[in-house]
Amino acid sequence: MSLLLRNGRVIDPASGVDAVQDVYLADGRVARLGKSLRAPAGVTVVDVTGKVVCPGFIDIHVHLREPGYEYKETVASGTRAAAAGGFTAVCCMANTMPVNDNRAVTDYILAKAKVEGVVRVYAIGAVTRGLKGQELAEMAEQAEAGCVAFSDDGKCVNDAGLYRRAMEYALPFGTPIISHAEDGCLAGNWAMHEGFVSTELGLAGQPSAAEDVMVARDILLAELTGAHVHIAHLSTAGAVRLVRDAKARGVRVTAEVTPHHLLLTDEAVRDYDPNTKMAPPLRGKRDAEAVLEALADGTIDCVATDHAPHALTEKEGEFAAAANGIVGLETAVPVLLDRLVRTGRIDLPTLVARLSSGPARLMNLPGGSLAAGAPADITVLDLEHAWTVRPSTFRSRSRNTPFSGWTGVGAPVMTIVGGVPAVSAGDAAASRA
Amino acid sequence: MAWKRKDLVSMQDVEAAEIRDVLDTAESMREIATREIKKVPTLRGKTVVNLFYEASTRTRTSFEIAGKWLSADVVNFSSSGSSAEKGESLLDTAKNIEAMSPDVVVVRHKASGAPALLARQLKCAVVNAGDGAHEHPTQALLDLLTIRQKKGHLEGLNVTIVGDVAHSRVARSDIHGMRKMGMTVTVAGPPTLIPAACQELGVKVSHRLEEAIAHADVVMMLRLQHERMLAGLIPSLREYARVWGLSLDKLRHCRPDVLIMHPGPVNRGVELAPEVADSQYSVILDQVANGVAVRMAVLFLLAGSAGSAAA
Repeated sequence: MSLLLRNGRVIDPASGVDAVQDVYLADGRVARLGKSLRAPAGVTVVDVTGKVVCPGFIDIHVHLREPGYEYKETVASGTRAAAAGGFTAVCCMANTMPVNDNRAVTDYILAKAKVEGVVRVYAIGAVTRGLKGQELAEMAEQAEAGCVAFSDDGKCVNDAGLYRRAMEYALPFGTPIISHAEDGCLAGNWAMHEGFVSTELGLAGQPSAAEDVMVARDILLAELTGAHVHIAHLSTAGAVRLVRDAKARGVRVTAEVTPHHLLLTDEAVRDYDPNTKMAPPLRGKRDAEAVLEALADGTIDCVATDHAPHALTEKEGEFAAAANGIVGLETAVPVLLDRLVRTGRIDLPTLVARLSSGPARLMNLPGGSLAAGAPADITVLDLEHAWTVRPSTFRSRSRNTPFSGWTGVGAPVMTIVGGVPAVSAGDAAASRA
Repeated sequence: MAWKRKDLVSMQDVEAAEIRDVLDTAESMREIATREIKKVPTLRGKTVVNLFYEASTRTRTSFEIAGKWLSADVVNFSSSGSSAEKGESLLDTAKNIEAMSPDVVVVRHKASGAPALLARQLKCAVVNAGDGAHEHPTQALLDLLTIRQKKGHLEGLNVTIVGDVAHSRVARSDIHGMRKMGMTVTVAGPPTLIPAACQELGVKVSHRLEEAIAHADVVMMLRLQHERMLAGLIPSLREYARVWGLSLDKLRHCRPDVLIMHPGPVNRGVELAPEVADSQYSVILDQVANGVAVRMAVLFLLAGSAGSAAA
């Protein structure tokens, strides 16, 4: 199948292209870019005049919940949510049931993805068996089975000695180790970020330092071992400073930030809505400003949603008792386009880079580029598309979003995976209309 | 006279004029306690449900007496031996109770924000009887009533709140209420028991008891839970009592007309020496008596229908 995207504004951060061009996709690959390309017979031509053509967006931090928590999400529903949100690939975390800490589970997830997935799915294996933080998982076999990174995400590996060995053991695979940086002793039995808002609300807070000390530790371990450490959902000004400094010294550390840590602060918790509860918690204003600045200057390499579906019953009661996490796949791109790009806080090519080439590079994934021969994974944006977030229309099985009712302008309208539209303009619009 | 608001969830929400309404109404309710027949028909035909998810003797009894003296039908629901033990969620329990058409639900819960959640979900009035470390508005109101009775006014008074402010819903409600009434509030305690960014609540913070109580018109001693020691926030009850407990010796730093208050229950010998708790400065039992009057006022202002006979 061949597809010609006619007359869109093509942004390809990997090659520095930002110009009105045609994009010709054939045999699942990008064939070529150019002005007024001739359409061979049998090619489907899609006029994307006025729209933006980008390398397919990649979300490296998603919880697909399968196997074990299919009531929250499945590979089928999660990848549909991804496609509706403009993502052509996702990396799924290991905290399933059973945990993805061995080849059989990895095989199961990837087989499911092949049959039921509508976007590319890459698996992330556990660092420790059962995410218990006590002994290494069988990472070599998992890497063979296709795991692209290792992480105990959801939990912090507290034993620095064990974590050091994990980093060393994974060196030959060339896969990053992804850190959920949270010192449990400092964090305590927390419900939100520690600050004036937690004091007013009477909710137990965890200080930013609970994240910072672990980021500092993991940077030191990356230096010790030479491993590539990736900081998941970085949320504090202190962690930004540490990562910036480490990168300047040449340490192999990368980082991601979520849309909610960019756009929301602990002020959002004021009415005790459990949909504002997640790990790490929504931080203070200065933290949100720092992570945005770091995303713009490249200290933070990519945006990742930490898409964490939970059933209504897990997110509707008392705040402190509610599960951590929110869904993000179907809201990330629209809210970022409206609140960051439209407001001029970040420019569009930079945001596109942090959603495509940035994540692809750090996870060593194909894609993230429109160079000839790259996978024909494309996200088309309509910067004039007005939207309202309506959770009842989500493709995800879960509805736990703090963005419910938000309105804005600018959204993905077409998601092409391997040269085939996974979602067309009408579908994408329907999920938000 | 009735309030416009549906619920009483926090002192942060209410305005000074509303606080004055409660205090004035409570004053007129106090007289009922002195009658031979302690009952007025004000809330006859109204139903008050006490929904207590956390152990409480004083507050629940106080609300129960308040409702009964106003002739409301009062039903007590406590979490032990009820549907909560069978795993029913707070929302489900509340909706089931609502289906029985109560007029007021009084809720005590260990989770901060639980009353706010119920207030949003239920059509009836919701009164917060203490939620986690968030607020305990009727306690603040009875504290204000007690202070006003003893001092004749509120504005311009200096209050010092001593102890575990970090975990205290009473402290938060008192701070909001007292500041709204024009009082100056100081909180004092070891830094481990003072919450983050506490000054932003509009209070002074002190880490020396003698200094903090020297100019206070009112000293409010908070209960120190034994769990704080286990959590590593203080080394020992012995040391806490010595440094932060109000002894007769330390009382000498206070003004001669100081009021000593405590929301109860008192840990005698920890935050309050027995001789101080029983001294002429202590108004702890006045607080308890005023608790009934304030809760009568709150129930009346929320549930009293227009035209019903006031007490």
